[in-house]
Amino acid sequence: MNLKASNISFSYTKKRQILNDVSLSLNSNEIIGLMGDSGSGKSTLCKILSGHISHYSGEVTLDGNKIQDKGFYPVQLIYQHPEKTMNPKWKMEKVLNESWNPPQDLKKSFGLKDSWLTRWPSELSGGELQRFSILRALNPNTKFIIADEISTMLDAVTQVQIWEALINHCKANNIGILAVSHDEELLNVLCDDILKFDEINNL
Amino acid sequence: MSEMPWYNRGLFSSLNLRQKTLLTIAITGLVLAIIFICGYMIDANLPTNFAIKMKPPSFEHPFGTDWMGRDMFIRTLKGLSLSIMIGLAASIISSIIATILAFVASVNKYCDSFISWLIDLFASVPHILLIMMISIGLGKGAFGVMMAVAFTHWVNLTRVLRAEVLQINTSEYVALSKRFGKNKLWIAKEHILPLVLSQIFVGTLLVFPHAIMHESSVTFLGFGLSPHEPAIGIILSESMSYLAMGAWWLAFFPGAALLIVVLLFDIIGDNLKRLVDPSQAND
Repeated sequence: MNLKASNISFSYTKKRQILNDVSLSLNSNEIIGLMGDSGSGKSTLCKILSGHISHYSGEVTLDGNKIQDKGFYPVQLIYQHPEKTMNPKWKMEKVLNESWNPPQDLKKSFGLKDSWLTRWPSELSGGELQRFSILRALNPNTKFIIADEISTMLDAVTQVQIWEALINHCKANNIGILAVSHDEELLNVLCDDILKFDEINNL
Repeated sequence: MSEMPWYNRGLFSSLNLRQKTLLTIAITGLVLAIIFICGYMIDANLPTNFAIKMKPPSFEHPFGTDWMGRDMFIRTLKGLSLSIMIGLAASIISSIIATILAFVASVNKYCDSFISWLIDLFASVPHILLIMMISIGLGKGAFGVMMAVAFTHWVNLTRVLRAEVLQINTSEYVALSKRFGKNKLWIAKEHILPLVLSQIFVGTLLVFPHAIMHESSVTFLGFGLSPHEPAIGIILSESMSYLAMGAWWLAFFPGAALLIVVLLFDIIGDNLKRLVDPSQAND
């Protein structure tokens, strides 16, 4: 599968253009890194690719077809702050099952304990919550993962564990990853290719 | 830091704040329930007894008697329970209206503008005027007053809920939920409703005192309940003609009783807000 963004332009206000004529292409058997400065518009591009923003100009296509807005979206975004992506009045079990019901061995590979399932989001740490939000995005219908600084607030050990589990699953199920980060060393280890955001954004 | 409310000081200082708040709610609720149940069970069609008319308060008649020799204590109790019933029904109906309107406002831009306009419209007309008109339009009586109060008191709660729903709608978990293929109705029911439920609950209780006051005042002005029902408003408006003759107890005790009931509801609402809103839990 191929996720293609062509000639994307976007601005929040008329005064300042964020994205200008951005194009990129992503195959489902590869992991692409995206690097850029804070506030340069990386997250905005991520939101456009995963359908969270709709009023942009340009086109995002999956194998040449426009992505249907109804139903499960095949490009899933994982946010940087997991605690904001969970309803504070929901138990973790409901949070996870909102997307799908992952098999036991997958839960295990992400180090997810069953006792966490009966707790509220406020009772788990950021690292624990991030495992949930990653696992939640790995629905069988997912074709691409947009990982927007998903490991920034984790320690080195947890980072390795989470990335390893995520990459293993994605390789096995032919899911493409766009990994966004400031950390060049991390991207060097993870990715097949690294894009510099300043170079693809024609401002 | 703001001052601790008077009912949380002194007497129960050994309990922690949460226990105190719960205790306050329980006691206040119990008092109101007793007033309501007593008033409900009393038969207020008291026989007239002109031998004891216009007696000032005594041990036999703690609130005195009126110009037909009826015991004012019993009439006041009956009036209060009537007020509580109308207030309860009216505030529940008005919160239901507020909830529905707040969710309608979240559908799209045009619905939101319409609801905002509706809020501004109702907020700009004096309550009492609207209540009088609706009450007359619906043929007065308990039903008319109830509906009139309900249809004028949804404004503030709607405004709060609309803002709350708007905020939740822009959150990341709602955005993700849409990408998981959930529809708007499912999101409203599963995501938004549990988050605004406490607001709705507190809002209902805080409307209560207003509802009772407005019911009494509109009845006092003669646009509410019919004269044979011993509502507090009726009792007060009847007592006006006897005040000049020195029968102060006819107005004083029912008025004070009404004030106390309103205050009790306000205490419950305030404490409940303290319980469900952690940001002011330490006040």
